[in-house]
Amino acid sequence: MKKPELLVTPTDVSHIHALAQAGADAVIVGEQRYGLRLAGEFKRAEMAEAVEVARQHGIRVYAAMNAIFHNEKIDELGEYIRFLADSGVDAIVFGDPAVLMTVREVAPHMRLHWNTETTATNWYTCNYWGRKGAKRAVLARELNMDAIMEIKEHAEVEIEVQVHGMTCMFQSKRSLIGNYFEYQGKKMEVEKQKYEKGMFLHDKERGNKYPIFEDENGTHIMSPNDICIIDELEEMVDAGIDSFKIDGVLHESDYITKVTAIYRRAIDLCAGNREQYEAEKMQLLEEIEAIQPKHRPLDTGFFFKETIY
Amino acid sequence: MLKNDQISQIVNGKRVIVKKPELLAPAGNLEKLKVAVHYGADAVFIGGQEYGLRSNADNFTLEEMAEGVQFANKYGAKIYVTTNIYAHNENIPGLEEYLQGLEEAGVHGIIVADPLIIETARRVAPKLEVHLSTQQSLANWKAVQFWKEEGLERVVLARETSAEEIREIKEKVDIEIETFIHGAMCIAYSGRCVLSNHMTARDSNRGGCCQSCRWDYDLYKLDGSQEIALFDENDDPFAMSPKDLNLIQSIPKMIELGIDSLKIEGRMKSIHYVATVVSVYRKVIDAYCADPDHFVIQKEWLDELDKCANRDTAPAFFEGVPGYKEQMFGVHGKKTTYDFAGFVLDYDRDTKMVTLQQRNFFKPGDVVEFFGPEIDNFTQVVGTIWDEDGNEIDAARHPLQIVKFKVEKDVFPYNMMRKER
Repeated sequence: MKKPELLVTPTDVSHIHALAQAGADAVIVGEQRYGLRLAGEFKRAEMAEAVEVARQHGIRVYAAMNAIFHNEKIDELGEYIRFLADSGVDAIVFGDPAVLMTVREVAPHMRLHWNTETTATNWYTCNYWGRKGAKRAVLARELNMDAIMEIKEHAEVEIEVQVHGMTCMFQSKRSLIGNYFEYQGKKMEVEKQKYEKGMFLHDKERGNKYPIFEDENGTHIMSPNDICIIDELEEMVDAGIDSFKIDGVLHESDYITKVTAIYRRAIDLCAGNREQYEAEKMQLLEEIEAIQPKHRPLDTGFFFKETIY
Repeated sequence: MLKNDQISQIVNGKRVIVKKPELLAPAGNLEKLKVAVHYGADAVFIGGQEYGLRSNADNFTLEEMAEGVQFANKYGAKIYVTTNIYAHNENIPGLEEYLQGLEEAGVHGIIVADPLIIETARRVAPKLEVHLSTQQSLANWKAVQFWKEEGLERVVLARETSAEEIREIKEKVDIEIETFIHGAMCIAYSGRCVLSNHMTARDSNRGGCCQSCRWDYDLYKLDGSQEIALFDENDDPFAMSPKDLNLIQSIPKMIELGIDSLKIEGRMKSIHYVATVVSVYRKVIDAYCADPDHFVIQKEWLDELDKCANRDTAPAFFEGVPGYKEQMFGVHGKKTTYDFAGFVLDYDRDTKMVTLQQRNFFKPGDVVEFFGPEIDNFTQVVGTIWDEDGNEIDAARHPLQIVKFKVEKDVFPYNMMRKER
């Protein structure tokens, strides 16, 4: 049976070695100037190194260019895309049509993955971006399993689904942490603290803690739980979903590596030895629970949840 | 690219604006649509029963849309329908029929975010103009170029674009640009916020937004396993509620940039709000276009806008990235200072008797203000009030009750009466 790709997020170049050894098939890397909510910051030198390391291990490298771009960066997109093509990355991940337009101009053979995080919600629109040049659509996290199955059934592009980690709930261009410090009269804190990681918003009514951080792209608010569906992979493997993503943003390298290894085993069993997968899957889930940071509860995201409107 | 002489020209020795932008107003139902058009909107955007982003609004049936279009056509105004959800698979069945229905109802255009709806409209309802919704968070000229090549007539830019960015977009791409000038707005990039989905299982990108961004939160820092509060006992909690947009001071700049459509937000707002905001911006645009070089903002326009304001307002991104002063922290109650008290149905010049539909309690002795496109605002004290049958009443206390009383100056149907709180 076809195995989905296991796509993971390294925190730095050396982490790619560990992830490849843990069984990753592909990594997504980039810098915040062009990419959103990355596990690590890979400037150009690291980007080139990342491709080299990935080659040694025979795994693929995808470059993140999924920011929402304003005019100021448009002129440099072409040069960056050329650099990525020369470095040998296997695909560029984009959300903004400006990237698609520029790829057509400067690197028409570059493989494109469409990922806006929240707007890939139906099969027609996935195929639309396919007709515009994308080879893959990354589905919105707010879809349930039935919707994912229906999209895959009609899809003319590869389908990527996040199976583990936190997801983005909100992106603002405003400096919301900095603004709060300023409002409190803590002007000194603004530059010192606003780019720190490890902050969260406490929602007392729901008892949730939402990680929040700022970077060049604005303010990001993340889901209170980490998705984990390591014990629910059957349907998606059977349907031929093309890529399973583990998003390690705001997690430690060591955690990401361990989770990668556990999913490697789960995917191999699920695709190759279903009986053994069924026998072992709860234990795999327990292995993840054992290393889960205590402030990050696990849940199944929207896979088995209905939303209304 | 627009040349300067396409925006203004010298006529009889005086510069005038020749490219007058469209004033685009919201309407949550047929009455609001009629008011918006009557008060001077060049175009009105409305929502249908499906595919729009305000699932709690009244919204229009196809029959009501057709009636709205007929009404608007008499004024030469256009009707656009918001069909700007990000559709899920389950929303695909019925879409074709819906879009065909809009075309048959005679609406001029649709405001769309999802390529599914763009392409389906092109195929089954080709007479509909297609405008890209702000839900796409379109913030650069190259992406605008993409949508132009896709055949769209107009794009609504992200609310995060600045005046300078809009200038560059206008220079580089020949397409109609629509931007927001007034009303409530998202603090996130539109289309990129799913707080509602996560917190209340309501899909924000299909009209279920529960405005979680307007709630209070506590900000902490995690240090090892210790949670450190980043606020003191006396501090207001973390909040990210944006002040409402108000670009009245920037209208001259927007007109000189050649922006094609100036949009007021608020399909959930009252007819009093729609009438007040539309009439003020109508005056600003007309005054500036007639004599841009001697234009000054009148204080009475600013005061008038305040009379229907729900929240404090700010210019947001048009004039630079907004800081903390453009957000609301702590307790911030409703700001409304006036109530909408009555809607003029008729006026008899000989007897000076107004026939008015009650919209809020008032009684003899109350000071009320009349306004409308045909008149200058004036106030008077309410005298004796009669009901429909000519019986004197001590107060107009029933919603939608028809009452009569004397009004000293001429008023006209659709004029409104308001009362200070």
